[in-house]
Amino acid sequence: MKEIRLMKGNEAIAEGVIRAGCDGYFGYPITPQSEVLEYLMATATEQRTGMVTLQAESEIASIHMVYGGAAAGKRVMTSSSSPGISLMQEGISFMAGTELPCLLLNVVRGGPGLGTIQPSQSDYFQSVKGGGHGDYKMIVLAPASVQEMYDFAKLGFELAFKHRIQVMVLSDGAIGQMMEKVELDDAVPRWSDEEIVKLHPWATTGKTPDRERNIITSLDLNPVKQEIINQNLQKKFRHIEETEVRFEEFMCDDAEYLFVAYGSSARVCQKAVAIGREKGIKVGLLRPITLFPFPSKELARLAKQVKGMQAIEMSAGQMVEDVRLAVNGAVPVEHYGRLGGIIPAPDEVLHVLEQNFIHS
Amino acid sequence: MTEEIIIAGFGGQGVLSMGKILAYSGMMQDKEVSWFPSYGPEMRGGTANVTVIISDERISSPILNKFDTAIILNQQSMDKFESSVKPGGLLIYDPNGIVHHPTRTDINIYTIDAADEAAKLGLAKIFNMFVLGAFLKIKPLIDDEYVHKGLEKSLPLRRHNLIPENEKAIAKGKELVTERFVLN
Repeated sequence: MKEIRLMKGNEAIAEGVIRAGCDGYFGYPITPQSEVLEYLMATATEQRTGMVTLQAESEIASIHMVYGGAAAGKRVMTSSSSPGISLMQEGISFMAGTELPCLLLNVVRGGPGLGTIQPSQSDYFQSVKGGGHGDYKMIVLAPASVQEMYDFAKLGFELAFKHRIQVMVLSDGAIGQMMEKVELDDAVPRWSDEEIVKLHPWATTGKTPDRERNIITSLDLNPVKQEIINQNLQKKFRHIEETEVRFEEFMCDDAEYLFVAYGSSARVCQKAVAIGREKGIKVGLLRPITLFPFPSKELARLAKQVKGMQAIEMSAGQMVEDVRLAVNGAVPVEHYGRLGGIIPAPDEVLHVLEQNFIHS
Repeated sequence: MTEEIIIAGFGGQGVLSMGKILAYSGMMQDKEVSWFPSYGPEMRGGTANVTVIISDERISSPILNKFDTAIILNQQSMDKFESSVKPGGLLIYDPNGIVHHPTRTDINIYTIDAADEAAKLGLAKIFNMFVLGAFLKIKPLIDDEYVHKGLEKSLPLRRHNLIPENEKAIAKGKELVTERFVLN
């Protein structure tokens, strides 16, 4: 029988990375995600699996430690919350430029600036459109439960190494702080040095006579070469768009109206769907699990079926832009969001949908 | 069965830990559970609250604004959450420190003199367990043996010597809970 525990989202992902064979965590505390570092420290990861857990002197130091660890072919990660993730953007862009795999966790709080410590989803643009400079994309996973916080640790590392890309788990204060049941699976062992050499021939594992030096750099001053580097990156992003889209549908089969929401907003909408169905409203929910790549094709398909889509986000309207791009005017798409750390209630979002599409 | 509960009071009254023990106990009885706290500055004084859901089915939203049960431990929380109880729902409160008592006539209201009784018995630190007992008396969702297991799970090993005391407080809470009738 599988082990079941009651855990906070932040604790679940910390346990998840240990069991996913993570080699190193480098981070700096910030509410509402400090439990990640606390859990790893309390678990004494060095004794348990040999995984390094290190509190760096800042977020900027953390991301560059991740950069170094990733260059050596290790499974490494950092976590922070919104203001701390902003500080890391330069390092993330450098990792995009060098195609280094890593796992990043943003337990989003309200902004801008120091904002609030309460949950928000206002970092969608930063995560999905590229918070750092240059043309790059990360794979962005949006957990909607504590179980997914756990699951996305292993999935995140798998995707990161499969595509040599940065994977961002875009969570929020609600998912990070709440407790739910989590089913734990068996641990994946950390890679040995020999395995890293074999699996990741690009890694800086020490030059051997049989190969050229591996150089990890994002700098190439020759524009012709730099254009090719960029074109190859774009090719990879298109491939990811074709192969890695993930989403969940809830009561969509006969839906006339559709909520589109991710993360904790999707949980609120799931309840709103249940209330709506009791009232006889044929409403469903599409929950993007990957925000990049976005489930655009599925939304375009559903646009032929439903009369309207209601995006719900704890932001002033960020994901809704991608929903509108996906349906391309086929059906009306409305946005509703609460700001500054407020979570909308299920009957509140249902009321908005009714006002926008049914009683209008 | 789905029971949606808000527990609210001052930070330091054991609001979050009461919710945690309830959630663990539910989990031990093989229920679906969720525990969503207010977090941050509330922990250092001010108000704290936690939403606990216990269900036979997968839980949709762990974040709610209407509840089957409100467990209220101070006036601010009474002001905030009395109106959030669903019609026909349950409100349990400790009258200690309450000036404006609840006035709704479409819900069931009970009181538990937890703070006073706990102080008398020298158990002031676990007065929240009196309140938990009161709730479990009115809504016997979880059997005693699973509450015991819930205590084992939520208390660190070095505190397991306190489990009998906690169980005594829960039993006492069950005895003390009293229905309060609101006159029209």
